[in-house]
Amino acid sequence: MSISILTGNDAAAHAARLARVQVVAAYPITPQSPVVEMLSKWSDQGDLQAELVRVESEHSALTVCIAAATVGARVFTATSANGLAYMNEQIWWAAGARLPVVMCCVNRALAAPWNVLNDQQDSMSVRDAGWVQLYCRDNQEVLDTTLQAWRIAEELGLPVMVCYDGFLLSHTVMPVDVPEASAVDAFLPRHEPIPVIDLARPRNVGPVTFADPRANADGVICHGYMELRALHQEALTRALQVIPRVERSFAALFGRSRGALTWGHLLDDAEVVLVAAGSIGVELTVAAEALRAEGVKAGVLGIRAYRPFPAEALRQALQGRRLALVFDKAMSYGHEGPICSDVRSALFGAPGAPPVFGAVAGLGGRDAAARELAEVARRALADLDRGVRQRPAEWVNLQLEERA
Amino acid sequence: MTRLVDLPTQEHMLPGNRACAGCSLGIGLRSILKALDGKAVMTVPASCLTVIGGMYPTSSVTVPWLNVAFPGCAAAAAGLAAGLRATGRDREMTVLAMAGDGGTADIGIQALSGAAERNDDFIYVCYDNEAYMNTGTQRSGLTPAGARTTTTMLGKRENPKDMCRIMEAHGIPYVASTSAVFPDDVYDKLARARTLRGLRYVHMNTPCPSGWSFEPRDSVTVGQLAVDTGLVVLFEVEGGVFRLTGRSKTLAKRGKRPPVADYLATQGRFKGMSPEAATEIQRWVDGRWAEYLRRDAAGATT
Amino acid sequence: MGTRDCQHQIAMSSPAAGEAGATGDWRTERPVLDPALCLAQKQEKEACQLCWVYCPDLCIARGVPPAVLLTYCKGCGICAEVCPTDAIAMVPERESAAAAAGGAR
Ligand SMILES: Cc1ncc(C[n+]2csc(CCOP(=O)(O)OP(=O)(O)O)c2C)c(N)n1
Ligand code: SF4
Ligand code: SF4
Ligand code: SF4
Ligand SMILES: [Mg+2]
Repeated sequence: MSISILTGNDAAAHAARLARVQVVAAYPITPQSPVVEMLSKWSDQGDLQAELVRVESEHSALTVCIAAATVGARVFTATSANGLAYMNEQIWWAAGARLPVVMCCVNRALAAPWNVLNDQQDSMSVRDAGWVQLYCRDNQEVLDTTLQAWRIAEELGLPVMVCYDGFLLSHTVMPVDVPEASAVDAFLPRHEPIPVIDLARPRNVGPVTFADPRANADGVICHGYMELRALHQEALTRALQVIPRVERSFAALFGRSRGALTWGHLLDDAEVVLVAAGSIGVELTVAAEALRAEGVKAGVLGIRAYRPFPAEALRQALQGRRLALVFDKAMSYGHEGPICSDVRSALFGAPGAPPVFGAVAGLGGRDAAARELAEVARRALADLDRGVRQRPAEWVNLQLEERA
Repeated sequence: MTRLVDLPTQEHMLPGNRACAGCSLGIGLRSILKALDGKAVMTVPASCLTVIGGMYPTSSVTVPWLNVAFPGCAAAAAGLAAGLRATGRDREMTVLAMAGDGGTADIGIQALSGAAERNDDFIYVCYDNEAYMNTGTQRSGLTPAGARTTTTMLGKRENPKDMCRIMEAHGIPYVASTSAVFPDDVYDKLARARTLRGLRYVHMNTPCPSGWSFEPRDSVTVGQLAVDTGLVVLFEVEGGVFRLTGRSKTLAKRGKRPPVADYLATQGRFKGMSPEAATEIQRWVDGRWAEYLRRDAAGATT
Repeated sequence: MGTRDCQHQIAMSSPAAGEAGATGDWRTERPVLDPALCLAQKQEKEACQLCWVYCPDLCIARGVPPAVLLTYCKGCGICAEVCPTDAIAMVPERESAAAAAGGAR
C-alpha cells in the first residue's frame, strides 16, 4: 500500500486498473473525461491489459459494455450528466439483462441550461432502473467503492453505479491509499462467468418475452416478463446483505471501513439527524459539529447505498430522533427531493419515527458549505419548535427573493 | 461462384419460426449462416429479425444471439468482438451484426459509423426490406421514392440513402451489395467477408411480401426483377476495387435491362404512382447503373 | 409448479423447431410435388434442388425427389414458383384435405 495524492477521477481509474478490467468503453464528458484519458494512456503504455473501445457516444459506450459483459469480460465505463441521460435506454437494458457492468457516474447537473458543475440529478434520474447505486464521500471511497462494486456486481448479476460528485471529488486531490495489485487480486479474483455466448450451447439472449409464462420445448414452464422483473427485485433486495458483506471482507483485507449501506457521524445521542448522499455528507459533519458547539445534539447519517434503499437501516437509525433533515442535490420536479421522499416512505408508520424535513442544495454547483447547512438546520429546528411537522423543502442559498 | 445445388446442407435456422409466409429474409439468413459455418454470434436490434429469432424461451436459430436496443447493433457487435478478444475466444466465432434498414441507415447509423471508423472486427449485414416493418411499414431512410408506407400515404418523395457509398467512404476493407433471393451471391460474399478482418459491410435487399404488397410466392421473382432492372445491384468492393457480381455482372455484359416500371408494377406499394414519378425513378436507376458500369470497368483494369 | 423451476435468471432461449407453433396451420395451399416432373427424380441424383434452396422456412428436405415438411410449411408457394419444371403445384388445403379423406375411404 502506498499513499498517493489523487483526484477522484484518478482514484476511479486506479480502481479499474487494479480490478484488471478487460473491456473499457467510455465517451468523454466533463467532469468524467480524465478517467477516459487516464485509462487510454495506461492502455497505450501497456500498463492496462484491456480492450479499449473508443466509442462515438455514451449509448455505444454502454452497449459495448453490455455485449462484452455478455461474453463474460469484466467491463467498465464512466460518464456524467447528459452522457448518462444519453445512455438511458441502455441503463435499463444492462439492468434487465442482469449484467455485472460497473460504471462511475461523476455527478453533474443536467442541461438545460448547460452547467458542468455538480449536483446529483443525473444518477438520481435513473434510480428506478435496477442498478445498485453507491455514493462516495471522498476519493478514498471512490477507489474502495469501485473495487467493491465488481464483487457486488459479479455476485448478484447486477450493474453497479459508483457515484461521486463532479469537481468536488473528481477534480480535487486528496491522499488516497492505493492498494497493491496482489492484494486486490485476493479481494477480487478473476471473473469466471458461466458462458452465455457458447457455440456448443447456443442461446438467444434477451428476446421478446411474453407477459405470461411459457413452456420451452421440453415442457418446462419458463418466466413471463413479470417473473423476470421479480427476480431482478429479489437480487436488489439481496444486495442489502451482499453490500455489507463485501464491505466487511474489504475491511478485513485492507483495514479500512467506511460504512456499508449507511455511515454515521455523531449519531449515538443525536436528536437532529442530517441525512444526505455523497460528499455533502462531509460538509454536514462539520455543520453537525458546529451545531453541537451550540448545544444542539446534531449528527449525520450518510447514505452510501441509495439503491437498494436501506429502508430498515434508516428506520432503526432514525427511530426516536427529534428530526430528520434530508439534503438532496436533486429534485423530482413537481414533487420533492428523491432521498427525502424515500426517507419519508421508509419511516411512514414506523414507531418513534421523527418528522422529515427536506432541503434542496447545491444544484448546478451552488455552494452548500457547512456554515450554510448549519443555518438550514437551525431554521428547521425553529420550525419544529413552533410545532411545524410538514413543510416544503427549503432551497439552500436560493437568491430569487431579496433576503428580509 | 458456388452453385446453388452445392450450398452446404447443414442448416443453422429452424422451421416453424415467426416470419411471415414468403419472407425472403429466411432465404438470406440461411445462406449467411451457412457461409459462416454456424460459427457465429449474432447481434440483432429491434426489427422483424428479433421476431423471427423467436420469443422466450425458444430460439429459431442454432447460433448464439444477443438481442440489443434498436440504435445499438454495431456497438453491440464491437462489444462482442472486444469481449471475445479480451477473453481469448475471438478465433472461435465470427461476430455477425444484423439489422434492418431502419436499424442501419436511420437510428443505428451513428454506432455503425463509429464502428466503421474504428474498423472494429465484425461483419455487419443490413437486411433491407425498405421500411420499418416490425412497427407496421413506416418509411425509413432506405424506402425507395414512390413507395407508399403508413407514413408516406402518397408515396415517398425522396430517394433512399446510398448506404454502400456511405460505408465505402469509411474506407473499410469490404463493402458488398447483395439480395436475399440470390443465395449463391449472399453465400459467396459472406464466405469472402469471413476471411477478412475489420468491419465488413454487406447490404442485402430483402423483399417483403407483407410490407411491399405482393403475393408471398413472388418474393424470389420480385427480388430478381429488382436486380434485373438495376434498382438493386450486386457488387463488392474489396480494398477499394469495385466489381459487379453474379446476375448484375451478366446484365452488364448483356447490356439490356427491363424497365423499372416492370418492377414497380409487381407491388401494391407503388400503385397509383404517376408515370412522371416512374420516369424519374428510371432516370435515377440509369444514372446509378452507368456509374456502376464505369466503376466495374475501372476496377477490372486495376 | 412455479417458473422458478426453470432456473433462468434472465430471458435466454434455447433452439427448437416450432417456436411459433405448428406453422403448417397458417397454410391455405399446400405444395404437392409430382416426382415424375422433378429434375432430381428424372436424373436420379440430387440435381436442381431449387425448391430446397429457396424455401424460406426450411420446409423442404433435399432428396431425389425433395420432400416437403408439412408440419411447418407455411404454404407461401415459393417452391412452386422457383421450380423450373412446375413439378410442384399449390393445392388449396380444402381440396387436399378432401383428397386425403377420399384416399382413406
Ligand atoms: C429507440 C427505439 N425507437 C423505436 C423503436 C420501435 N421500433 C422497433 S423496430 C422498429 C423498426 C425497425 O425497422 P428496420 O430496422 O427497418 O427493421 P424491420 O422491422 O423492417 O425488419 C422501430 C421503429 C424501438 N424499439 N426503439
Ligand atoms: S414484415 Fe416483411 S420482413 Fe418482416 S417478417 Fe414479414 S415478410 Fe419478413
Ligand atoms: S425445384 Fe422442382 S425440379 Fe428442382 S428439385 Fe425441386 S421439385 Fe425437383
Ligand atoms: S417454399 Fe413455402 S410452400 Fe414451399 S415448402 Fe417452403 S414454406 Fe412450404
Ligand atoms: Mg426494414
